[in-house]
Amino acid sequence: MDGRGPSLAYESKTEWLRGGGESGDVVMSSRVRVARNLVGFPFVSRCKRTDKQQVLDVCRSRVLAAGLAPSILFFDLQGTGKFERSLLAERQLISRQHAKGKAGCVCGGGPDEPRGVAVGVPTERLSVMVNEEDHLRIQVMCAGLALREAWEQLDEADDRIEGGLTYAFSPRFGYLTACPTNVGTGVRFSVMLHLPALRMRGQIDKVRRAAGDLSLAVRGFFGEGSEALGDFYQISNQTTLGKSESMIMHELEHEILPGVIEYERAERAALVSKRRGSLTDTIGRAIGVLRHAKLMAVDESMQLLSMVRLGVVTGLVRGVSEGEANHLMLLTQPAHLQHTVGRELTQDQRRVERATLMRQALAGAECSS
Amino acid sequence: MLCECGEREATIHEVVIRNGKRYEKHLCEQCAAKHGIKIQPSVPSGELLAKFMLSKAVGAPGATCPGCGLTWAEFKKHELLGCPRCYQAFESRLSPLLERTHGGVARHVGKAPKGALERARHGGEVSVEELVGSAEEQAERLGALRQQLEEAVNAEQFERAAQLRDEIRRLSTAEL
Repeated sequence: MDGRGPSLAYESKTEWLRGGGESGDVVMSSRVRVARNLVGFPFVSRCKRTDKQQVLDVCRSRVLAAGLAPSILFFDLQGTGKFERSLLAERQLISRQHAKGKAGCVCGGGPDEPRGVAVGVPTERLSVMVNEEDHLRIQVMCAGLALREAWEQLDEADDRIEGGLTYAFSPRFGYLTACPTNVGTGVRFSVMLHLPALRMRGQIDKVRRAAGDLSLAVRGFFGEGSEALGDFYQISNQTTLGKSESMIMHELEHEILPGVIEYERAERAALVSKRRGSLTDTIGRAIGVLRHAKLMAVDESMQLLSMVRLGVVTGLVRGVSEGEANHLMLLTQPAHLQHTVGRELTQDQRRVERATLMRQALAGAECSS
Repeated sequence: MLCECGEREATIHEVVIRNGKRYEKHLCEQCAAKHGIKIQPSVPSGELLAKFMLSKAVGAPGATCPGCGLTWAEFKKHELLGCPRCYQAFESRLSPLLERTHGGVARHVGKAPKGALERARHGGEVSVEELVGSAEEQAERLGALRQQLEEAVNAEQFERAAQLRDEIRRLSTAEL
């Protein structure tokens, strides 16, 4: 383990995992991010190393002076070890490309590219990536359905950061971004939905189509380019030009989400009332495997934990809370697992330790019949 | 339409024309997987469209951004612009691409940097007009929103109409 630089406290209070937010039975978390660039520098992909270092220095001092959260940790990622970078990515505070130093880097990039991230602690609601695809990517993440709350905090943080910098902006194209798909507001609203019942009933395609009709994207657990894992799907806007932030938020919040949430709840209710035997068998088997397996891969654990979470929110599972089930989905990820165990592990060792962790954490979990 | 298995809705429809004969298959996701049809993870339609538009976008060879030296050909290759000035340098080529990917409107509506506006109002280097656009541009922006409002009302999308009304009010009072 590399121990250089600041470190995220092990007892994570990552807010979006705590559970219990509005519509938290279906909506795991809400996230908003904006993309911003500074005038006077090329975009990241055309920056020389010295430009990137300068952008990093300017942004670091501005972000640390802006009073964004009671406490801010700033990670200079080129000096941060692989392990800590993976922890940040697993907590969704940085993208996986930013962890590797490859975001927005047409020349291939690498771990030594000058880049960083600021994290508001202890809640980890706010994070600011520096030199990802754009100079600044500011994000706020909350538990449950809370797009408005997240946007308000982000809007304020954006103003505070901008107070000491000059953003690239034009009246015609709005905030100028490296990729034209983000230009305009530069905003992306996204919600992470847990849709096990729709998946079990083969209805996910309908959600994809409905979202596609509204020009919304459906992505996996870790966002862009990732596959659905443990029945989690992220829905987000794609249009950023020609609509204001509130119009974009409104479309997501009112035109698609209520339908998907109700659809998932109806399918869950149908499973509980009409197929209770088969549902409790599926959930009970998931708990059985989690409580007794000796070797476990990360994808398998996510799929089984998805069933546990479904059981918890439908009242079929006792002995584990929604927040605990959410948290296990983080702890099962490779870097978090090694953090918990306290040493670096090979893939085979991780399978052993993951199974041990699950057996211990879910020793009291039971599914009713 | 039901899948061949008779249990689930068919969501994958395959049409093959072999030797002039048409063969159709209507399958659910599960049966499609059994038939070896790999379902692509959803690629957002906007992304697809952007890629398509990029592949079709024409650019005179040698067109270069004076700010960073990026050529249009390089942009097409990496799909990333090089600097803020690229938007001006490639405006005529970018506009149709932006209109397609952002639902027909290639004009910003929404937040403007508050600090910069504040500095402009107090005689900073950049004028207010450079941030919010000329009177003509502002009128054009309002006109586009009014047209969207009319469309929303005609389609009885009242919540959307209310949103647009709010936006028009905000822009008319120049509360950017």
